[in-house]
Amino acid sequence: MLVTIRDLWLEGRSDETWNPIINGVDLDLKKGEVLGLIGESGAGKSTLGLAAMGYCRDGVRISKGSVSFDGIDLLTASAAVKRGLLGKRIAYVAQSAAASFNPAHKIIEQHIEAPTQHGIMSRADSEQDGMALYQKLRLPDPDNIGFRYPHQVSGGQLQRAMTAMAMSCRPDLIIFDEPTTALDVTTQIEVLAAIREIVEEYNTAAIYITHDLAVVAQMADRIKVLLKGDEVETADTRTMLSAPTQEYTKSLWAVRSFERPLKAPVVAGAVPVVAVKGVDAAYGKVPVLHDVSFDIHEGRTVAVVGESGSGKSTTARCITGLLPPKAGEISFGGEVMPADYRKRTKDQLRQVQMIYQMADTALNPRVTVGNIISRPVQFYSGLTGGALRKRVDELMEQIELPAADYYNRLPSELSGGQKQRIGIARALAAEPKFIICDEVTSALDQLVAEGILRLLARLQDELSLSYMFITHDLATVRAIADEVVVMKDGRVVEQGPKHDMFTPPHHAYTDLLLSSVPEMDPDWLTNLLADRGVDNIGDAAVDKM
Amino acid sequence: MDNVLSIILQRLALGLLTLLIVSVVIFTAVNLLPGDFAESILGQGATPEAVKSIREDLGLDQGPVTRYLSWLSGMLTGDLGTSFAQLMFQTNMGGAGDVTVVDQIAPRLSNTLFLAGVTAMIAVPIAVTLGVLAALYRNTVFDRAANVMTLSSISSPEFFMAYILILVLAVLNPILPSLSNIYDGMSFSERLEKTLLPALTLTLVVTAHMMRMTRAAIINLLASPYIEMARLKGMSPMRVIVKHALPNALAPIINVIALNLAYLVTGVVVVEVVFVYPGIGQLFVDSVKIRDIPVVQACCLIFAAAYILLNLTADVLSILSNPRLRHPK
Repeated sequence: MLVTIRDLWLEGRSDETWNPIINGVDLDLKKGEVLGLIGESGAGKSTLGLAAMGYCRDGVRISKGSVSFDGIDLLTASAAVKRGLLGKRIAYVAQSAAASFNPAHKIIEQHIEAPTQHGIMSRADSEQDGMALYQKLRLPDPDNIGFRYPHQVSGGQLQRAMTAMAMSCRPDLIIFDEPTTALDVTTQIEVLAAIREIVEEYNTAAIYITHDLAVVAQMADRIKVLLKGDEVETADTRTMLSAPTQEYTKSLWAVRSFERPLKAPVVAGAVPVVAVKGVDAAYGKVPVLHDVSFDIHEGRTVAVVGESGSGKSTTARCITGLLPPKAGEISFGGEVMPADYRKRTKDQLRQVQMIYQMADTALNPRVTVGNIISRPVQFYSGLTGGALRKRVDELMEQIELPAADYYNRLPSELSGGQKQRIGIARALAAEPKFIICDEVTSALDQLVAEGILRLLARLQDELSLSYMFITHDLATVRAIADEVVVMKDGRVVEQGPKHDMFTPPHHAYTDLLLSSVPEMDPDWLTNLLADRGVDNIGDAAVDKM
Repeated sequence: MDNVLSIILQRLALGLLTLLIVSVVIFTAVNLLPGDFAESILGQGATPEAVKSIREDLGLDQGPVTRYLSWLSGMLTGDLGTSFAQLMFQTNMGGAGDVTVVDQIAPRLSNTLFLAGVTAMIAVPIAVTLGVLAALYRNTVFDRAANVMTLSSISSPEFFMAYILILVLAVLNPILPSLSNIYDGMSFSERLEKTLLPALTLTLVVTAHMMRMTRAAIINLLASPYIEMARLKGMSPMRVIVKHALPNALAPIINVIALNLAYLVTGVVVVEVVFVYPGIGQLFVDSVKIRDIPVVQACCLIFAAAYILLNLTADVLSILSNPRLRHPK
């Protein structure tokens, strides 16, 4: 056994008390084995992963149990002994490479730090080795990319550079902490393939932490499911996927089954709620959108999909009037809107509302839930006193958070999903016809996200709302969209009803997007790479189009 | 590098504009001072005629706009005017001629810059080192002791610290001279010896601020993912702080250093008086006392320029410490 964890209890400090994070978990990892660790946020995955390195973040402590790595007890080992292992025999790959690379130093400078400081290689050897690893991980221009600063390299490339950095001392164990969560699907594939290849080549053991079941199915030999610090079950990947024994695991597996029934086609000649016509937009002199046109009809959901940087959110900014387009027009219900939101009337403003990706930062942390919702009600409808309170109660009823329990809470006293519900109520307060949902579920766990999607679907049916649903997650599109608009580099490459979009033939780019979404089949990645030809993944595939 | 250059030029232009605005403020403020040179020099029994004739001689009878413009144009050509006080004494005593403000200020300013320079050489390394160590050993006895000591030295009045140092280093243990009378023709080492005691006093005054900012700026970064990454690579705590945190904490540290250096150039009157150090602060206070307007205005302008220049330097250094700006995509 490389790693043995027995009856491990971890606690985290908040509000002056120690609260349990991990409750008596056991974990075994053989040399060269990949263990998938899955669960919702707050399940304690990262904390457990770090504890396997003998490391606790500030405000976290190990209260009981043992962690041993290759016969060394990490909990009693001195700081110097642990420092000798970290980086050298145990390495870490973090979720956000952009945040985990030091912005002040070049990439190669950070790569060679572990080998040189641990006295494994000379500076020159380690630089050479770094370039060889970059080559192996198929980074472009491997001889020079290391001499750039982290901000000069794209997210997917940085993530691979971080995997190379973890490999720099050829460790026995790597902890991967959600390494692809922040990436687009097409980029994710490259990183997954690169990680899998290099881990196999050097027979490195790994703990792969993720909340994405389809991803873990590709990467892990065994899967361990965590729920609120408790182990739910552990099994071989194939067994776990085909025959989960616990209810919770089954519910995780079932999430992706939510799909709205098809709606009747739009009546020909109906006036769309929102019409975007030939919109061009730019940030300063940098053009971002080119001739973007699509319609959104009453009671329908249009999903706008594409990778980051494809212009999805910019389109939303044009519709709301935050970014006046350079050309083209936006109309609501057939009436052309002033391009700048400052020139729109209160009633025009009321019609378009937004729900944001990060509910955390979109809610003022010092204002109570009741006041957050009251504000727009008062602003748009002028209600005061008892009538205002009644309307707020109604809205809170609609989002399934009863006012009796939640009216006086602060955002910090809510979970992620509840915060997002408050964001929805705030948008509903204006009684809009149209809501822009900007990646509203991407920061949430799948179960919670599904709850939000079901809520949005119900509200749409009750209030005949129209949604523009910005997302890069095609599972979400499948669940909720009526029509799909695919964007790339600021242009609409394909649009049409969902059914058509998911049925071949597609535009080449749509095809790439669709085929890049991981599936629960453990052989999916292997087959896909074989299909595409190993040299033709991700970036390369996009470049060739 | 082009955009760095354009940012620097932009800041420089803004600095000049600020200086121009400050010159208006200085001129207005100085002219709002009650009484004038003619009245203060002639005393209580002055006749209106005498006062009037002196005013005419000095150009004080002209309108403020005219006086401002002539001062401004003089300034642009490097002519800061003639000191009222020197002018009077020179003519009365049959001296060789007028002493310009430049002649009067230049040696004082160079003394002040020397003192500020010596202080900075001592204080900045001490403050940054202490700050780094306090961040490294945060919440330990060392951290608390460093905090308490620097805070008590900044909280005590400057003259008090000065007298304590005189007592300890000049009276009880006669190591350094207690008087800092500096004059032309002194050798560098003599100057340095005479300057050391006031410099040490000022070090005690400015260290706390810089040290605490260094500590705070570093600790602020310790929660960053890249610091965690450095720790997880098995780097020593010292290396984590010096190599990974410090380079990213430079901008706020540089700014607080610049602010303290500006204070050293402009605000050390008390220390100068205690040690009889012939710096620009004393000259400034004396000139205000006798309403020697050209000297007061020139001093104010030099102080303003020092502030602007040091802040500008801090800005430029902060920009240069940021690789995002040095190496755009």
